Amino acid sequence: MSEVKKVATRQGYADGLVELGKTNPNLVVLDADLAAATQTAQFKKEFPDRFFNCGIAEQNMIGVAAGLAAAGKTVFASSFAMFAAGRAFEQVRNTLGYTNLPVNIGATHAGISVGEDGATHQCNEDIAVMRTIPGMTIINPADAVEAKAATIAAAKIDGPVYLRFGRLAVPVIFDENYKFEVGKGVTLVEGTDVTIIATGLMVERALAAAELLKAEGISANVINMATIKPLDNELVLAAAKKTGAIVTAEEHSVIGGLGSAVAELLAEKCPTPLRRVGVEDVFGMSGPATELLDLFGLNAANICAKAKEAIAMK
Amino acid sequence: MDTNKKQQLKITATKARMGIIEGTYNAKSGHPGGSLSITDVLTYLYFEKMNIDPNEPDKKDRDRFVLSKGHAAPALYSVLALRGFFSTDEIKKLRKPNEMLQGHPSISIPGVDMSTGSLGQGISTACGMALAAKLDGAKYRVYAALGDGEIEEGQVWEAAMFAAHKKLDNLTIVVDFNNLQIDGTLDEVNSPCPIDEKFAAFGWDVTVIDDGNDFDQIEKAFDHTSTVTGKPSVIIAKTAKGKGVSFMENQVGWHGKAPDAAQYADAMNELNAKLAELEG
Repeated sequence: MSEVKKVATRQGYADGLVELGKTNPNLVVLDADLAAATQTAQFKKEFPDRFFNCGIAEQNMIGVAAGLAAAGKTVFASSFAMFAAGRAFEQVRNTLGYTNLPVNIGATHAGISVGEDGATHQCNEDIAVMRTIPGMTIINPADAVEAKAATIAAAKIDGPVYLRFGRLAVPVIFDENYKFEVGKGVTLVEGTDVTIIATGLMVERALAAAELLKAEGISANVINMATIKPLDNELVLAAAKKTGAIVTAEEHSVIGGLGSAVAELLAEKCPTPLRRVGVEDVFGMSGPATELLDLFGLNAANICAKAKEAIAMK
Repeated sequence: MDTNKKQQLKITATKARMGIIEGTYNAKSGHPGGSLSITDVLTYLYFEKMNIDPNEPDKKDRDRFVLSKGHAAPALYSVLALRGFFSTDEIKKLRKPNEMLQGHPSISIPGVDMSTGSLGQGISTACGMALAAKLDGAKYRVYAALGDGEIEEGQVWEAAMFAAHKKLDNLTIVVDFNNLQIDGTLDEVNSPCPIDEKFAAFGWDVTVIDDGNDFDQIEKAFDHTSTVTGKPSVIIAKTAKGKGVSFMENQVGWHGKAPDAAQYADAMNELNAKLAELEG
């Protein structure tokens, strides 16, 4: 078996920032004493005059980002998902959401794959809370290539954006020709029996699940849903009509994330058998990331099991 | 301060106070107490100090103001309307559905530089604006007004640390030190005092004025802060909550309550008499 190239999506974020920095002199990057971890240190190295460390003070950082944006700057503010979306939620809501200021939150270390640091740092709720903010765009890239493209695309969005990245090095799925479009899901595999709608690192696992299902004679349709808000309703509804069964897969709580967004849409527009793969309303724990992903059912085997359940409901 | 200028500012501030009473009375809600205490500072900033243009509210090189104590919106709106950013007719529609003037400042309102109201957040946004000016080599200054109760919010001190570390000497904040918050006096609740020593310890230039409703003292303090280099500056302005309406002055109950019809009439009579006296 050939060696699969693995890169963390946070590295794609850093690559995107550096590229943006070269063409946009108006770009400012903020961090909250995690530059080495979020990878914004790479931007700092290239553009030290346009990088500001706000220290361990995420609430202030979000406010500073709002003020910079109000004064005409293109801003990326970075921290771990737990602190950016959790601790600073109200600042994000009131000074970025309500104002509709074009600030991009680069939230890294999202989900259970933070690993050994454990439950306090494993944010499985960020998509849920960010989704409730009117006008917030939420993008959860599947690999480093998409992460870089999404970062570059986010800089052009007229309003707040929540970019969700991971700590763990994950397989690179896309090549450099990959075109990212905000708000558009992409069908990676065409199938007829069930649709797997995945986001983030679960996309690669969904592709693996489709292979396993294929071996059992089940034809799976696989969608990469990088943008969770606004959701690509058209693609979801078309897939529901085409395959009649849906499975969502995300490294996030089953409450409030991609699974909820899809469930809300289907319940109102096209009731369809649905199963959600995600963290089942529990806190995480310490352990190696890859082991935790299996322990919490965030793997191809569980996607396959849920796919069969959804198909059985048809 | 020049006597004539001072007289004009007093007249404007009295009219602004009438707007506060008018707005909160018609809305049947709002925060007259903390609006009346900060009225003179806002009047001075918008009519004397700041480089702003009501005809071009978003002009790039304007001075910025953030009302971090966003509940004093009636004071800001009254001053902005008197300054010509929008019609004074808007004041009577304060807090009504589908009208422009929201209960707390919104960035969508002409002349309002930041949405505020959730305490402790405005100062951080002011820091961001001041930092942007530094990055752009722009000359504008950024002002913010905070409540004395507001500085109990931890975020204020995150911002205080940031502004000093980043040497934001183009930032001046005013702490409206009226000694009252919703549940009582500062001391009865969770006093942030001594406020001056705290800001000094955080590396700020500190000016304390005994009467933050007096234009001579206000001007002197702002003139000083314009000369400060290498650090942000704070003016701790001792004010009277409810200033200008005698039955509201220094009364904790007037933080977030609108006057009823009789109280409205009393307040307007008092302010009208004051205006007549000033206009001679």
